[in-house]
Amino acid sequence: MCLAIPGKVLTIEGDDPITRIAQVQFGGITKRVSLACVPDVAVDQYVLVHAGLAISVIDNAEAQRVFEYLERIDELTELSGETS
Amino acid sequence: MKYLDEYRDASSARKFAEAIRRITTRPHRIMEICGGQTHAILRFGIDEFLPPQISLIHGPGCPVCVTPVEMIDKALEIAAMPDVIFCSFGDMLRVPGSNHDLFHVKSQGGGVRMVYSPLDAVQLASENPERRVVFFAVGFETTAPVNALAVVQAKKRGLTNFFMLVSHVLVPPAVETILGSPNNRVQGLLAAGHVCAIMGCKDYEPIAKRYRVPIVVTGFEPVDILQGIFQCVKQLEEGRAEVENPYARCVKSEGNASARSLITKVFQVVPRTWRGIGEIPKSGLGLREEFACFDAELEFQTSKCPEVQSNACIAGLVLQGIKKPEQCSEFGTSCLPDRPLGAPMVSAEGACAAYYRYRKRRDLS
Ligand code: SF4
Repeated sequence: MCLAIPGKVLTIEGDDPITRIAQVQFGGITKRVSLACVPDVAVDQYVLVHAGLAISVIDNAEAQRVFEYLERIDELTELSGETS
Repeated sequence: MKYLDEYRDASSARKFAEAIRRITTRPHRIMEICGGQTHAILRFGIDEFLPPQISLIHGPGCPVCVTPVEMIDKALEIAAMPDVIFCSFGDMLRVPGSNHDLFHVKSQGGGVRMVYSPLDAVQLASENPERRVVFFAVGFETTAPVNALAVVQAKKRGLTNFFMLVSHVLVPPAVETILGSPNNRVQGLLAAGHVCAIMGCKDYEPIAKRYRVPIVVTGFEPVDILQGIFQCVKQLEEGRAEVENPYARCVKSEGNASARSLITKVFQVVPRTWRGIGEIPKSGLGLREEFACFDAELEFQTSKCPEVQSNACIAGLVLQGIKKPEQCSEFGTSCLPDRPLGAPMVSAEGACAAYYRYRKRRDLS
């Protein structure tokens, strides 16, 4: 139920924060999505969409960090602290 | 698809799985709270990549599964009324009430509609002024903002024929109930990423401290889930119990302020009964008084009949991670996805349905 899917903002319509709508592209399909909770989003950014509402703007720098973390995985597997 | 495919990459997933194997020196029991993650774990066979010392316990994070029978019975009664269009997310349609489900009401000519968003239900209400349109608002913090927005839009449009049957639940109180129980087996937690996208991570800090459990905010793709498990195991091995957020591409530590203010505008915290667990104080959301005119429970008089539940169903133990679905005597015999005895077999995110769909098939092949 908490499933949310990333999509790309193609166009934005309206100024009223409660009714602002975007066309958002998910793979091959496009859907109308409310932008009521992402007031600062711009066209071409990616949003995370749940039940017709964008709940978060995806942070590209943070998105890369997972793979940076993975590059350091060998040193990360050296444990520190109070192992028992 | 960007931000999806790269997190399903098999070689990255394998690297995390190997790293988990390297650092694991003793048994650890980790609970993934969210049913969406349970589904992904079974679908991608993530638990089979893990060393045998690590057991994943499936949490109560399936709103469909924890909605009490009494609430389903109310929905069924309202949906059968002749002037009602009853709207719901698809997976609520097959949840058994005491006698039948919403699909049955639909087959008997009831106005039951599956919608993608509560905003579609508001639209239906404005297109059908002669009907009363009711939306079944179930869900966790992830779904609360869009449900709140639907109420705000209905008010703004001056609709008097839109109502909500609210059975919203909150994650942290349920987590505390599980961690504080004398039967608790959970040593580490994967917090549900999309709940945290709304609420942030701060609520978990006192919980991590009080119960000395590491809590890692985790996404829904295989690489995300394996990273969550890796960071959780690493903390357990190092004797730490902190809140970490590797899902920061979607989750800010303070959450989403606009979404949170929508929730507090429309909803207030109320006690809520969880199917299989019982009443938990301050664990749900209900409409605030100023939005009471949208409350389906006030609009519709429903009878209070005693609820009937299958005696053999151990959903409560499954939802608290005390038993696995396969340990239920009815699993795969008298309880099947197309005739479920309990809610965890109904929703795709329920632990019983996930085990049936992915485990059973593999056993047969
Ligand atoms: S398998 Fe069916 S009867 Fe058993 S706990 Fe799960 S839902 Fe209940």
